[in-house]
Amino acid sequence: MYNKGTIIPGLIIFVLFVTFPIWFNGLKAAPAPKPELPPGGEKKCIESVEYMRANHMQVLNQWRDNVLRDDKRTVVEVEGKKYRKGLQQACMQCHSNKEKFCDNCHTFAAVTPYCWDCHLTPKEAASKEGTR
Amino acid sequence: MDTQRRKFLKIAGASVLAGIGAPAIIKLSASTALASDHGVAAGAHGAPAGAAHGAAAHVEAVPQGVRLGMVIDMRKIIEQPVLLDNAITACNEAHNIPQIGNRKSEIKWIWKAPFENVFPGESNYHLAKNVEKSDFAVLCNHCDDPPCVRACPTQATFKVKENGIVAMDFHRCIGCRFCMAACPYGARSFNWEDPRPYIKKYNNQFPSRMRGVVEKCNFCGERLALGQEPACVEACKGTGAIVFGDLNDAQSEIRQVLDKEFTIQRNTSLGTKPSVFYIV
Repeated sequence: MYNKGTIIPGLIIFVLFVTFPIWFNGLKAAPAPKPELPPGGEKKCIESVEYMRANHMQVLNQWRDNVLRDDKRTVVEVEGKKYRKGLQQACMQCHSNKEKFCDNCHTFAAVTPYCWDCHLTPKEAASKEGTR
Repeated sequence: MDTQRRKFLKIAGASVLAGIGAPAIIKLSASTALASDHGVAAGAHGAPAGAAHGAAAHVEAVPQGVRLGMVIDMRKIIEQPVLLDNAITACNEAHNIPQIGNRKSEIKWIWKAPFENVFPGESNYHLAKNVEKSDFAVLCNHCDDPPCVRACPTQATFKVKENGIVAMDFHRCIGCRFCMAACPYGARSFNWEDPRPYIKKYNNQFPSRMRGVVEKCNFCGERLALGQEPACVEACKGTGAIVFGDLNDAQSEIRQVLDKEFTIQRNTSLGTKPSVFYIV
């Protein structure tokens, strides 16, 4: 083989460069996010943790259609406490910190749901004096 | 040879006759089918008000279900204009409506307009002085046959079957503004910019909107669900300036008012069958 001295180190450098993301991150993967539990101490959600983790987006879409389109504004009851269907009316009543609960996973998973373009986070709502 | 030609001419003649005759037969049978369809389509929410301006030949079906409507007693609002101001403020606060302050971007659910703009079809020749000078309350008419719903390409605006409200699903609005072009009452507003900086006070029970979305009065569907009256009606409580209720229920308060008083609706000639009535 001609030019052994340049080709072999060159190949090694190339392989190292291409696999850079793997060996740079692979050994110390970012820790899975730990969303904040409700500060109020509520332990039970409307469904199991696993179900909510996988399907909360479908639940929200379903609630939206129930409330806006089908006029089925039935109340959801968890451990004797009643919640109206809705992101602001139900979810945020317990998970009152959007930054520590929602954003935690959404940032990790690199998803940007547009809920908060319109819906008010408790923090946003508190920034201007609420009417009720 | 001769017999074959004879046969050919017979078949050709029969085909021509069949070709001419077939459309006539199809047309005859189709017209009967359409006539029966029409009878069904006239059902559902058919307005009692519609009977007045519907063609005499059509028999209007008996209205079914709830159809929410409103009577605005302008005599009381002319007497106490502050009632209308209160109603507008209550609505703005209940629905996080921004106060942008320029006419191009303004968002309005219930607002003020002079008689000649509210009732362009009515004569305003020698109009009573107090009516001429006063501001009328205008809002979405929640038409029984809403043109905005027909124009919407995404079904973001629709008629709620249960109560006749012309509602909106802001999630679904793509901001094409066809509904604004379709609405003959100018009841819809477009968010040209992010409304949040212009909202004075937040109501935590209702969302705001985002840039690029159309919005309008929703007859306070979210308040009705809690058993409350619409915000504007509540703001005029006790005065009877705005009466709200089911137009199809003969026992409701609004029907008592409608049975007693002479009322007018906006631009009835368009056939939209508005659910908002005015006593002038």
